Amino acid sequence: MGVQVRQAMAGLAISLLSAPAMADWTMNMTPGVTAVSNEIFNLHMTILWICVVIGVIVFAVMFWSIFAHRKSRGAKPANFHENTTVEILWTVVPILILVGMAIPATSTLVKMYDTEASDLDIMITGYQWRWRYDYIGEDYGFFSSMSTSWDEIYNRTEKGENYLLEVDNPLVIPAGKKVRFLMTANDVIHSWWVPAFAVKKDTIPGFINEAWTRVDKPGIYRGQCAELCGKDHAFMPIVVKVVPPDEYNDWLEAQKEAAARERELTSKDWSLAELVERGQRVYAAQCVACHGAEGRGNPPIFPALRGNERMLGDLQWHLGVLVNGVRGTAMQAYGDQLSEVDLAAVVTFTRNALGNNQGDMVTPLEVRDFKNAQQ
Amino acid sequence: MGSHAQDHHHGPAKGISRWLFTTNHKDIGSMYLIFSFAMFLIGGAMAMVIRAELFQPGLQIVEPNFFNQMTTMHGLIMVFGAVMPAFVGLANWMLPLMVGAPDMALPRMNNWSFWLLPAAFLMLLSTLFMPGGAPNFGWTFYAPLSTTYGPPSTTFFIFAVHIMGVSSIMGAINVIATILNMRAPGMTLMKMPLFVWTWLITAFLLIAVMPVLAGVVTMMLMDIHFGTSFFDAAGGGDPVLFQHIFWFFGHPEVYIMILPAFGVVSQIIPAFARKPLFGYASMVYAVGAIAILSFLVWAHHMFTVGIPLFGQLFFMYATMLIAVPTGVKVFNWVATMFRGSMTFEAPMLFSVAFVILFTIGGFSGLMLAIAPADFQYHDTYFVVAHFHYVLVPGAIFGIYAAVYYWLPKWTGHMYDEVLAKTHFWMSFVGMNLAFFPMHFLGLAGMPRRIPDYALQFSNFNMISSIGAFMFGLTQLLFLFIVVKCALGGPKAPAKPWEGAEGLEWEVDSPAPYHTFSTPPEIK
Ligand code: HEC
Ligand SMILES: [Cu+2]
Repeated sequence: MGVQVRQAMAGLAISLLSAPAMADWTMNMTPGVTAVSNEIFNLHMTILWICVVIGVIVFAVMFWSIFAHRKSRGAKPANFHENTTVEILWTVVPILILVGMAIPATSTLVKMYDTEASDLDIMITGYQWRWRYDYIGEDYGFFSSMSTSWDEIYNRTEKGENYLLEVDNPLVIPAGKKVRFLMTANDVIHSWWVPAFAVKKDTIPGFINEAWTRVDKPGIYRGQCAELCGKDHAFMPIVVKVVPPDEYNDWLEAQKEAAARERELTSKDWSLAELVERGQRVYAAQCVACHGAEGRGNPPIFPALRGNERMLGDLQWHLGVLVNGVRGTAMQAYGDQLSEVDLAAVVTFTRNALGNNQGDMVTPLEVRDFKNAQQ
Repeated sequence: MGSHAQDHHHGPAKGISRWLFTTNHKDIGSMYLIFSFAMFLIGGAMAMVIRAELFQPGLQIVEPNFFNQMTTMHGLIMVFGAVMPAFVGLANWMLPLMVGAPDMALPRMNNWSFWLLPAAFLMLLSTLFMPGGAPNFGWTFYAPLSTTYGPPSTTFFIFAVHIMGVSSIMGAINVIATILNMRAPGMTLMKMPLFVWTWLITAFLLIAVMPVLAGVVTMMLMDIHFGTSFFDAAGGGDPVLFQHIFWFFGHPEVYIMILPAFGVVSQIIPAFARKPLFGYASMVYAVGAIAILSFLVWAHHMFTVGIPLFGQLFFMYATMLIAVPTGVKVFNWVATMFRGSMTFEAPMLFSVAFVILFTIGGFSGLMLAIAPADFQYHDTYFVVAHFHYVLVPGAIFGIYAAVYYWLPKWTGHMYDEVLAKTHFWMSFVGMNLAFFPMHFLGLAGMPRRIPDYALQFSNFNMISSIGAFMFGLTQLLFLFIVVKCALGGPKAPAKPWEGAEGLEWEVDSPAPYHTFSTPPEIK
């Protein structure tokens, strides 16, 4: 306790003393990098200054009264209690100011809602707690999860520069093209927000929302999920890489080839050791959030997989849970999310690790048969 | 006063039964106020946990799931347990005294509506100890996070909301019945003190929206236990419907928490400026206008949900319009101070701070109303800053102002002015330190409801936490001041404030157990 307090005090002293040296005192909205984000920034600044001016006038009168019209200075109270002219004035003037504000706001809003004529459509799906991006018409999509380590979060190692704002697979979009985002969610409501684009839209299960952006300047832009979506809401960042169109096309081709190679892996002859090794990576990326690094979960909400009799006793049921999820709970259907190899790997891993030692395995081909048998 | 002779026959009962069975508006008012302060301390302790976790980046003190339970319970307890009951307590104590009635119109129901509250909140607090923990989906409990994905304790949360809803509705009925039927002869509606007016309108809001809240939690209950799919898209339901219903309740609810404070401040500023309230009639109309508009703006909480452009525009314009009557109120308060003869005892200090800081909260509200800009503000700390500016120096400073103003009437003693001023200044500094930097955090891009944040948000979070600790600790001083005043202190005259006006100052201090058994004469 004492140590922590001292650390905190030291931290406080450092951050206050070195204040001017650090750029960590951002106080205002970013103007962003798109036409819309710039318009929004200007709206924000205009309304802010209007508020400041009104505030200064009102508070000036008030502070003058507080200073001059106090009993201790011998002020005698006046007795007026109404004045029609003044009252009409301070009703009408604000209305005029508001109309003045509403006009540019309306025009910006109309632009934000104009999702027509896009060059490229991307489907964004919120999951607890990562994002999936599908390039519509390209038959290509992938998951994007936070890559900050738990060691950083639990203060066991130094925090990196992009702490909590870094992912394994960023979304890649071409510069200078109108990109339309179609947004939905798999479980609860999330909200996809990149401040530099001024795009924030809720992703809602059962709904498809639309938003768009056109970014001219290549670069890396970061954001976060903005709608409370459960335990790891703080840990589902967004990273968007904007690249020149040529580079984008090359990237997309390479990704599609890699995905095809990945699919071929299904027919490979897998050994138990290979599957466990691969499964460990899948588990760390997909399952740890709920079932814990050591498989202990957090009963009764998230069951333990370590020593889970039901799971170990029935391989078919185990595979079924993974492929179909458990409806009405946080356990998602991984059948469409993971490749057959990864499904086989994570099932085999959980049966032969995390304190379990069942000695059996399921191959990617068996997973494929299982899925086909269901249809 | 005719009532004096009767005091001996109708004094309070002895022991615990006085409190359990009382139908006396003063006893019930006191119980409401004590209860709400206890809730304020519990909700405050949760805020301290939140601010301690956010003191530095990284997870230090609590796990994310518990953090979510803290933000949820903090919000629920402060809204339903602290602020609303405090105003009902003030209403109980003061409305009969201000309209010259002997008691509330429905005294037995009054007793019942109070005693429902401890039951509801014991149940709500007990969820913290249930397997799976307390509700963790935010005080707005959006479906499906709160239905399909909620912890098992959600059912208890729903039941607790039902009970407190019943309590609020009964309280509101009582207020309306008292004000409309029990005013002393000669007190026309347009002669009523503003605190009475604001409470009358608040009570109508309560009756209009608490059933909506009850409806939405009942739909949740059905979804969770009885196989319906109101909010479950997989079953043909609509998660957005939840938000429409919730905010149809939720937006008037924020005015339920602020209108009575408007009333309090409208009593206090004239008293300490020694000058009549400027624009009494326009104050009444402004409150009425705000109340009506509050039903037409709910979707401004949902600008990023994807409502159609037309809806977006309608709700933006309607929301901006609220600035007009709100502005009128602020201008009126300032005009009341102008050319008065002011002194600054604790009630006035809290009221002046109310006007300044509530106005700041109003400005950020106006900014949030600009729908395109709201896409950047929504669900960030800017919103957290905004509603804490209207609720802490708004509702809570309003309550403190009221308590200091009427404490001599309740206890018969003057409170310790030096301590009270210390309480004010520490609260003022602490509160601004805690909440002002949140504007910057939100604009810089920090989402709300996160237990851990990116490094660029470190500095302002640390400052905010320090301010929050300061504000939190200071409230224990208030407890000390009130207890000290209840136990003793300089004897308070019937009218301790030179400029105060109203029937409540015509009865002795402390107010006898029964007052206005014969109605006073209104000139
Ligand atoms: C978002 C949280 C979450 C994630 C991520 C998650 N699970 Fe689950 N899992 C659950 C919940 C909740 C249940 C319990 C469902 C129920 O009530 O039957 C569950 C149940 C299970 C079960 C059945 C155990 C039992 O006794 O009911 C298995 C096996 C399982 N999960 C494996 C996995 C694997 C493997 C992964 C990673 C690919 C994973 N889960 C990812 C939440 C999650
Ligand atoms: Cu999310």
